[in-house]
Amino acid sequence: MPAQTYPWGPSVVWRFVARRLLHALPVLLGTTFLIYTLVFVLPGDPIQGLAGDKPVPPAVLAELHARYHLDDPLWVQYTHYLTGLLTGDLGTTFTGRDVSELLADRWAVTLQLGLTAWVLEVVLGMALGVWAGLRKGKWDDSAVLFGTTLVISVPVFVVGYLAQLVFGVQLGWLPVAGTEGGWPLAYLLPGLVLASFGLAYVARLTRSSLIENLRADYVRTAHSKGLSRRRVVVRHTLRNSLIPVVTFLGLELGGLMAGAVVTEYIFNLPGVGQQLFQSIQLREGPVVVGTTTALVLVFLLANLLVDLLYGLLDPRIRHD
Amino acid sequence: MTDTTRPLEVAGDAAERPATPDPARPPSGERASLSRDARLELRARPTVWIALITLLLMTAMALAPGVLTSLLTEGGDRCDLAHSKQGPSAGHPFGFDLQGCDYLAQVIRGTRPSLIAGLAVTAASLLIAVVLGLLCGFYGGWLDALVSRVTDVFFGLPFVLGATVILVAFPDHGLGAMILVLTVLGWTTMTRIMRSQVIALAGADYVRAARMLGARPARLMVRHILPNAITPVVVVAMLNVGAVISGEATLDFLGVGLQYPEVSWGLQLNAAQAFVLDHPHLLAFPALFLSATVLSFILLGDAARDAFDPRLK
Repeated sequence: MPAQTYPWGPSVVWRFVARRLLHALPVLLGTTFLIYTLVFVLPGDPIQGLAGDKPVPPAVLAELHARYHLDDPLWVQYTHYLTGLLTGDLGTTFTGRDVSELLADRWAVTLQLGLTAWVLEVVLGMALGVWAGLRKGKWDDSAVLFGTTLVISVPVFVVGYLAQLVFGVQLGWLPVAGTEGGWPLAYLLPGLVLASFGLAYVARLTRSSLIENLRADYVRTAHSKGLSRRRVVVRHTLRNSLIPVVTFLGLELGGLMAGAVVTEYIFNLPGVGQQLFQSIQLREGPVVVGTTTALVLVFLLANLLVDLLYGLLDPRIRHD
Repeated sequence: MTDTTRPLEVAGDAAERPATPDPARPPSGERASLSRDARLELRARPTVWIALITLLLMTAMALAPGVLTSLLTEGGDRCDLAHSKQGPSAGHPFGFDLQGCDYLAQVIRGTRPSLIAGLAVTAASLLIAVVLGLLCGFYGGWLDALVSRVTDVFFGLPFVLGATVILVAFPDHGLGAMILVLTVLGWTTMTRIMRSQVIALAGADYVRAARMLGARPARLMVRHILPNAITPVVVVAMLNVGAVISGEATLDFLGVGLQYPEVSWGLQLNAAQAFVLDHPHLLAFPALFLSATVLSFILLGDAARDAFDPRLK
């Protein structure tokens, strides 16, 4: 968008973007460095570690040490690794295939699943939160609070199997697994499972934020000047109450994509997370490291993007 | 998988605001202090009692699994493959697992790693958070800048993904290594909260007064700032225990956590996944125990937050 449309001129916006990018750079570098150090530099031979239980012949070991520059100083090793990452090189499998190639056609599934879950969180989470917040202390408020606490405490894989049993097998409303139904049908149930935790959190956050704002002076003013309850809630209270919720939802988008491992596995969706799970089971170390790194990068980049967008939408953040 | 990190933030909205000392507090101390009010309020809540009793039971199971298994089951230590995956029956209320061992005994034995991981990781993270938060919040400057950047980096690693990538590189790890890894990845939230608390308090009038009276930095930090800054961090710590337990189970379930022949809820759930349809009891019982433990810690944390936050009254 042309920056000139902003009354305060382009410089503020571009300074903000530059500042955020500069801020994100050390985090990106630091995170990749951390992964690299923890996997490849800690005591124990990394090649043997990645190979798992299988013995590695000395010739192969020497060859791999040379290929991954393991006998060079740390910063040289890291530079090689980083250059690889920047050119999209996530390493190779034991059979010599590129990990990035292995993941290429899986990203679409993960993206669809993440987006479905995100939309469910936005719609259902906010609706539940507003409903409970407006009926504070009544039985339905207590029910929402109880239900969300329960959902937060039950691990996602239990929620997943439970949903599969109830909605897929017993009631037969939705496909049990796989992507045959296409989007959105096949993604509804896994999306709901993936979203369950964030949904509960969004509902609670919306509820507490709404309740806090309903007691604010400006809301009392709006009431006292004779506005209808609907207008006070929708136009005055809700707009302010949703600020923390929107912040959370923004950061959630990356988290959902990075966090779909268990859900993709349970519902047999051929996404990036399922690849990660299968590689863990097969003890294919290099694929696990490459896939995880890719997911972490997606998570960080999504967060950066949302951060930028959010700053462009909300002037107060731009000027901090 | 993001789920496991997020209970931390459940308290975040309330906890990040500094708990300014209650101006209405009378000088006579014990009579009507915030902590006394909070104790009374906590005692009056049934959920707190339910959570405490659940956790006491879990602690008993973690401390003395042998006593409980011999009390509750007949020949709990004997495994017979002929009984493999049999459902609940009289004398064996939880049925049998894949190896034909009494499932109640196995589930009781699985308590220990979960509780140890949750408590040890949280205690270590709390210690790091308090020390770093006090130093950074109080002194500021280059130390604060450096630690904040490092916190950003660790915060950028999603909990379970980070743990997966590290643990896969070390296949022969035990519970100790997992605790170390989960601590390395989990100290950031509490440190951030502690730091913002300390920053808000370091400029407070009563701290300035103490400084003018000649108190040294160490005394200011430990005697004056710490007691007022710690409450929100402790609340988050309680919620964190639940999150770590859930995360540890997720890692076990994924196959990167504890390995057989260790016994843990996550491993039992991992073994159960292939038989969910025909033998749901294999999934149900460890899931029930795991959820009850996590729920108890979350209920305690929620209750403590409500009780200690004067603005919610």
